[in-house]
Amino acid sequence: MSNWLIYRTFWDLTVSGLVLGLIYALVALGYTMVYGVLRLINFAHSEVFMVGTFGVLVSLTKVFGIPLFEGGQYPFRTGFVLVGILLASLLIGMFVSGVGAIAIERIAYRPLRGAGDVYGAVALAFITGLILSFIFSSDIGLNLIIAAVVAGPLSILYLRIFKRGRQAPRLAFLISAIGVSMALAEAVAIWGPDERVVYQTPRILEKKVLFTFFGAHVRIDYVIVAVGAVLMMTSLLLFVNRTRLGRGIRAVAQDAETSRILGVNVDLVILVTFLLGGAMAGGAAMMFTLVYDQTRFNIGFLLGVKSFTAAVLGGIGNIRGALLGGVVLGLAENYGSAVFGGQWKDVIAFIVLLVVLMFRPTGILGESLAKARV
Amino acid sequence: MNLTQQFRDITRSVTHGPGVFSKLPKSARWSLVGMLIIAFYFMPYWPNVPVLGWIVNTPGTSFENVLTDQIMVFVLMALGLNVVVGFAGLLDLGYVGFYAVGAYTTAILTSQHASWPWLAALPVSVLAAMAAGVILGTPTLRLRGDYLAIVTLGFGEIIRITANNTNWLGGPRGINNIKHPPNIGPLKFTVLDAKPYWYLGFTIILLVLFVLHRLEHSRVGRAWSAVREDEDAAELMGVDTFKFKLWAFAIGAAVGGLAGSLYATKVAFINPDGFLLQLSILFLAAVVLGGTGNMYGAIVGGFLVAWVPERFRNFDTRRYFVFGCILVLVMVFRPQGIIPRRGSAAGPAPVEGDAQ
Repeated sequence: MSNWLIYRTFWDLTVSGLVLGLIYALVALGYTMVYGVLRLINFAHSEVFMVGTFGVLVSLTKVFGIPLFEGGQYPFRTGFVLVGILLASLLIGMFVSGVGAIAIERIAYRPLRGAGDVYGAVALAFITGLILSFIFSSDIGLNLIIAAVVAGPLSILYLRIFKRGRQAPRLAFLISAIGVSMALAEAVAIWGPDERVVYQTPRILEKKVLFTFFGAHVRIDYVIVAVGAVLMMTSLLLFVNRTRLGRGIRAVAQDAETSRILGVNVDLVILVTFLLGGAMAGGAAMMFTLVYDQTRFNIGFLLGVKSFTAAVLGGIGNIRGALLGGVVLGLAENYGSAVFGGQWKDVIAFIVLLVVLMFRPTGILGESLAKARV
Repeated sequence: MNLTQQFRDITRSVTHGPGVFSKLPKSARWSLVGMLIIAFYFMPYWPNVPVLGWIVNTPGTSFENVLTDQIMVFVLMALGLNVVVGFAGLLDLGYVGFYAVGAYTTAILTSQHASWPWLAALPVSVLAAMAAGVILGTPTLRLRGDYLAIVTLGFGEIIRITANNTNWLGGPRGINNIKHPPNIGPLKFTVLDAKPYWYLGFTIILLVLFVLHRLEHSRVGRAWSAVREDEDAAELMGVDTFKFKLWAFAIGAAVGGLAGSLYATKVAFINPDGFLLQLSILFLAAVVLGGTGNMYGAIVGGFLVAWVPERFRNFDTRRYFVFGCILVLVMVFRPQGIIPRRGSAAGPAPVEGDAQ
């Protein structure tokens, strides 16, 4: 509450704020890229992050068989095994989230763009079947069988409806995103191993303090987050700015219709955008579990809102803006909760956003996925 | 005209606006509307009607309470949000904030810090919500589309967290003993009987519907649709876009405050958990599900969003999963909503065109 406290812990707050900010930034990238390409607030992106944390959790406990940490010995103290596990969990998180993002795009957005395909039709038919089966039975095995039986003929019908290929209004995308988000979070809550609890994730490395920075303790997991996040963002920027597909992304962001006419495979570009955004969220998910050691079915919601705030703060559609916005938001939250108390944290985040938008109506760096230059 | 053609006409009149309905003589139309209104006034008794009852009943909870605590609130909120989102085309993700302002104003004036009668607190609540709309709108309405969405979302959260952290507003424990409306003749407003609240609430819904209907077809309504379809063009044609957007915000907020006040007086107890961000999203879902820009759509959407999770309570924990899936399915197969807006640029072709 006092100035003294801020002085004492200023650098500590800075360090943990930066770490939080980098995680926000990684998630914000997904919002910003999808927004840039589709002009859509991808509400389901928060669930992409959540799915990633569960991917990491399941792979660590079930695949690698690492027990939950209960004090005492760490499973791997140092060495190649530790690095290997860290890398593997990062890749798994990125993979799970990336696939999740693509699946969401196929099921919930693509049919609305008037480009629904057979995968989307089958998935939607299956979901319809599942809902119908709930009326008759609450046994999940039976539900799945009924759903599979219904899905066959229904998907043919759905595919015929998709053939009409009409573009839906923008709000329809938003509601579809909200629906998917709700369904995913609930699915994890219902069919997860335990219902609606906070899951501890295994602690794979000892969080030693590596060095102090103006008296702030910089832990090893913070360093991993910082290095990992910066590496991931740099490679994303390079991809978008240097590769052929990256050029496609920028082209679609500038003008989707013209790009299509000029021969850009817009559907592929959108797929890649979702994949990249999802992978970034997956990386964030792994880092989140590394630092905070926990996850929950609704963990994505608030973090998603914050990350979207970060994306808007930096300038939505702008990749470097996402980084800047995330860091600004993380720091502001940390300093703010030290001054006013932790219960005002979210209020501070939104007030910062409000003030910034009043002076710079398109965010700190402005909207510019299309115009991104190295 | 064969039977299928007739059937198509009837379904079209439901989904695409007046088909058969407009062809009826005026007296028949009015008596039909009157009968519908009377039927809706008797809605608390619907579960006792043979077939209808099986459809609408809500297993596990009292239908009367669902009607007043959920359906009434959602229908009013959807009507109000429809002004902002549907008429003026502004994306508001923090609409629950106005609802909270209305409810809290009523709670403070009738219980926490004063003991006004509810009838006196109601207009103040509406005005307070309206003022909140203007205060939020003035700095933010110059922002474009999705920036507005996130700022309003933040506003909703700020209201809730402030209520949660301020003892003057009851803090996390909330405020109880909120006064009920005064008894009107045989109608006794108590905690025990929800029916009088429905009669009151439905009357208010009708009033709001009437006022908004007049507004939609007035100069203000035309200005709103101009802003919605193309803001720059509207500005160039001399429409004071900022002023009309602010009007939309204020009127939407007023309806939200009205719903909040009504809710507070019905349940007599509010706390910050009743005003979560998720509620804003559900309100928006109600508007879009019903058909953005169509008030009857908003009513249907509000009813469905409130009622479906209660009707399928025996789906137990899976009901919100089901609800989410239904949102996706409806949007995929009926992106314009259940009752689409008539005659908009993005809406379906007018019915007259294919009536031969």
